[in-house]
Amino acid sequence: MAPELILNVTIAGVLGGLVYGLMALGLSVIFGVVRVVNFAHGEMMTIAMYAAVVLFAALKLDPFLVMLPVGAAFFVFGYIMQAGFINPFITRPEHSQFMLLVAVAIIMVNALLVVFGPDARNVQVDYQLESFEIGKLLLDKARLYAAIAALVAAAALFAFFKFTLMGKAIRACADNYMGAKVVGLDVKHLYALTFGLGAVCVAIAGCAMVLLVEVTPALGPAYTLLAFVIVIVGGLGSMPGALLGGVLIGVSEALAGLFIAPSAKSMFSFGLLILVLLLRPQGLLGKKA
Amino acid sequence: MKRRQFNQALAAAGALSAVSPFGIVRAQAQKLRVGMILPRSGYLGFIGQSCQKGADLAPPVLKELLGVDVELMNADFESNVDTARTRAERLIQEGANVLVGAFDSGASAAIAQVAEQRGVPFIVNIAAAPQITEQGYKFVFRNFQTAGDIVRNGLDLIGELFQATNTVPRTAVYMHVNDTFGQAMTKGIHALLPRRTQLPFKIVDTIAYDPAARDLTVEVSKAKATNADFLLLVCRLNDAILLRREMVKQRWNPMGIISPGSPGMYEEQYFKALGKLSEYSVSNVPWYNPNAKLTRIVEKAFLKQNPKDKLVFHGLNAGFTFEATLIAADAFRRARSTDPKTLADAIRQTNITEKMSLGGPIRFNDKGQVEGIGSACVQNRDQLPTVVLPASAATAKPVFPAPTYKKA
Repeated sequence: MAPELILNVTIAGVLGGLVYGLMALGLSVIFGVVRVVNFAHGEMMTIAMYAAVVLFAALKLDPFLVMLPVGAAFFVFGYIMQAGFINPFITRPEHSQFMLLVAVAIIMVNALLVVFGPDARNVQVDYQLESFEIGKLLLDKARLYAAIAALVAAAALFAFFKFTLMGKAIRACADNYMGAKVVGLDVKHLYALTFGLGAVCVAIAGCAMVLLVEVTPALGPAYTLLAFVIVIVGGLGSMPGALLGGVLIGVSEALAGLFIAPSAKSMFSFGLLILVLLLRPQGLLGKKA
Repeated sequence: MKRRQFNQALAAAGALSAVSPFGIVRAQAQKLRVGMILPRSGYLGFIGQSCQKGADLAPPVLKELLGVDVELMNADFESNVDTARTRAERLIQEGANVLVGAFDSGASAAIAQVAEQRGVPFIVNIAAAPQITEQGYKFVFRNFQTAGDIVRNGLDLIGELFQATNTVPRTAVYMHVNDTFGQAMTKGIHALLPRRTQLPFKIVDTIAYDPAARDLTVEVSKAKATNADFLLLVCRLNDAILLRREMVKQRWNPMGIISPGSPGMYEEQYFKALGKLSEYSVSNVPWYNPNAKLTRIVEKAFLKQNPKDKLVFHGLNAGFTFEATLIAADAFRRARSTDPKTLADAIRQTNITEKMSLGGPIRFNDKGQVEGIGSACVQNRDQLPTVVLPASAATAKPVFPAPTYKKA
């Protein structure tokens, strides 16, 4: 098999995997701080994809241009969702949280079906069929831009948590809930902020993803599952782990398609998941409980 | 009337009704209720909606042609085989006299099981998997080519295409959807191609992909790496669009894309989604005869219902769906009954010579299969599916190799 073929496929896997990673990063951030598993994560991303499609159809706005406004809207949405629905469930048993978010996911899918119908929708920007040619390498422009957007968003999130007071306060909540309360932090407000930030990740990933795939309401559950696979492989609650997991899943699916069979791609990513669960249950970059 | 006479009359009426076959009572049925099961949503949604156009125009046309009242009971199986099964059950419970559908082989096979168990006739409009009419079913009928027929005709037309364009491609990479239809076609191709010694090419690689795939980067990279002269493709619609776009992204310009008999590349949505990139794709498929009398009648009704649309984009889907409904209505007219067994017997006796599709009359063999349905080589030209072979039905000359997408 030609080396340039393997390299092309690997790079496509890395670029796609970074977008997956950003999506999963949102899930990981929410779980890492709020300790709630967002079962409506993929559905939220599907809503972001539809938002990009609608804005493109109505105003001809490139999905990269709408990342910030859609992200802002999702921040508000995420904040309200956490403050209004999820905060009262924080102290309740886990199965109550689970059922709440599954119900939210089902409502989202059906609302999308009612509004947009079941057919696939996409955006058509002029660079979507173009590639950069570097020697024998071909880099899909849309995929490359999407990956860059994912990296920038992830870097901004890392910087926020590392260098801002608010970020440090959120990390304090994640490290010691009781301690954070004792020193006077408004934990519920910080939880809502965190959920909002997770939603922003999802929104940006959705706007990037709509350049790569067509969107249907049925995509939601598939992306939720994918996000779980990625964060479990990378380590639930670990932000670098989510990005690493995304890249690993993207590359492993691409190479499995190349060396084994394209229709066995998903099987391979689940195989990787089982392997990680057996050998390193906390995930590649996760901390032991 | 004396009491004795009354009792005798009552007894006679009772005896008459007791010996009357159920069908005679139901012969008074005024209309035929047709359960139309199509994938109007999901990944086959666009094709299902195209088939639905043929169903929608059927009641008024059949009323005019046969004097038969047809009531459609529409059901969407959402491109999901399990849903197809439950929709079929529900349609029968709600009183459908006959089922028509389902475009997809997997769904049609599932519906066929339900129809056979419940003893309700099922007429397949479009579905090619051979096993649908190989199970010994008594209530299942198909007016469409089997995968073997499609492949046989499709490969023969590929040979004619190469002859007509004086081209001799030596290699092909074969890509196919990994579903019931795709696998049936693959079996047919691998069985028949070695015997078609007049065909100059050999398949250098076979790549199966998920019919609901959202990304075909790897598949196209793999196909491109074979350096094959042309792409032999068994596809659906959404994947065909995805694949064509990916070919452009990866700057892969084989001599052409030829389908030996699958949907996708002649569909309206393919043209709408791809514009100029849709040009020169070739599909060798069962097609309709634009000069047939029935085609003109159907086209008129089609334009009345869809004034902004063209029949040519829906010729196969709407044409075969209309013909399936025609078969049901014709049987109902002759049987004068909605009794399932009587209706099935009447369908078995079908002999329709005035039809839309290419090929011989609609007659079912012992297995419930119509034989001798013709195919055409349809090439996308000037944003229309255009018959280029056989020469007798062609409206343009074939172009092969296809110009690269930059020139298209």
